[in-house]
Amino acid sequence: MAPVKVFGPAMSTNVARVLVCLEEVGAEYEVVNIDFQAQEHKSPEHLVRNPFGQIPAFQDGDLLLFESRAISKYVLRKYKTDKVDLLREGNLKEAAMVDVWTEVDAHTYNPALSPIVYECLINPMMRGIPTNQKVVDESLEKLKKVLEVYEAHLSKHKYLAGDFISFADLNHFPYTFYFMGTPHAALFDSYPHVKAWWERIMARPSVQKLGASMVPPKA
Amino acid sequence: MAPIKVYGWAVSPWMSRTLVCLEEANAEYEIVPMSRSGGDHLLPDYLAINPFGQIPALQDGDLTLYQSRAIARYILRKLKPEFLREGNLRESAMVDAWVDVQAHKLEPILLPIVVNCIINQFVGRDRDQDVVDENIEKLKKLLEVYEARLSTSKYLAGDFLSFAEFTHFAFMRYFMATEYYADVVDAYPHFKAWWEALLSRPSVKKVMAGMPPDFGFGSGKIP
Repeated sequence: MAPVKVFGPAMSTNVARVLVCLEEVGAEYEVVNIDFQAQEHKSPEHLVRNPFGQIPAFQDGDLLLFESRAISKYVLRKYKTDKVDLLREGNLKEAAMVDVWTEVDAHTYNPALSPIVYECLINPMMRGIPTNQKVVDESLEKLKKVLEVYEAHLSKHKYLAGDFISFADLNHFPYTFYFMGTPHAALFDSYPHVKAWWERIMARPSVQKLGASMVPPKA
Repeated sequence: MAPIKVYGWAVSPWMSRTLVCLEEANAEYEIVPMSRSGGDHLLPDYLAINPFGQIPALQDGDLTLYQSRAIARYILRKLKPEFLREGNLRESAMVDAWVDVQAHKLEPILLPIVVNCIINQFVGRDRDQDVVDENIEKLKKLLEVYEARLSTSKYLAGDFLSFAEFTHFAFMRYFMATEYYADVVDAYPHFKAWWEALLSRPSVKKVMAGMPPDFGFGSGKIP
């Protein structure tokens, strides 16, 4: 069976979302880089894979997919075993909790945290745009409120969907990894259960392996 | 068995997403009406249900859920799994992809258009025409992709109706109430036909009856 292909740079957050799922299920895969400088993401070849001209794109045989969470769920379903079941779709309540916290990451946690990553890392280091401190300060206030809820939740549960690691936890990895490379990483120290949960995620072999290829470029 | 409870205000597009799915699933449910202007979503009793202080939320027996798409998936998985296709790798992936296109591409464009064109006038804010113009342009580019898809596929995920359709109703309903709707949508005939077919579904008509085009502000029924 040919390995599946993921198109896009391994250090891109949404590509990393897919890769951590592939690592967790032990699938064979290859990463095919897409050269943004050369506008490769807008090339006819790539638009066939992802009509929005974005990354990641994904190929499994003749199946082409886009949207990182849809790709990730495809991977988690295809390679699911009794031991590795990160979606829990066979259990209504568990699957619902995985969905709730996957949505919370997408619509509540990440909108508060990712502007800090963009302003402190991506803009200055990759785009030559200086940090907008107002955006950072506003986002930090929002993020603190979100982390208060996470702290209360994680003081009752080992992982977000319950006592089991799931897609909900893994979704938080890419952007939080980069957040820890900003000057504001110590914010998590104020939320001990959140910090402990993050350290559990970071200790996973899949995350350790991917983290090594996601070191932000030096300015 | 006790009916499912859904908390929120019916004019909310996020609430309507869950209501359409409840209707499509023929679920027994009751709405627990809440007042946004009254701050019901921030009261301690509600924060015990959704600590993020947002609506909708759902209770089914001892299970409490929030986030409109998580609620919708739970209902469909329980009562109408054919709308999710989770037993089929390829089909479920296509459903998920187009649900996410709505969530991460279309909704971030339609929300500021709807807020500026419909809501702002009622809450003492000026319309930001630059924001509207910028998002209308983004919308047109995005709809090119929808048009191409719906020219070769009857529904978004394939030749079958799915959650991908239902999740689109919410924000398209309010975009339809803006002055931009006709000119924009007329340029994409397959998209327009797909949207009008969705509008004709009994579930959608029923839910839309609770969603006046001005969110209720104009008639004094402030949400």
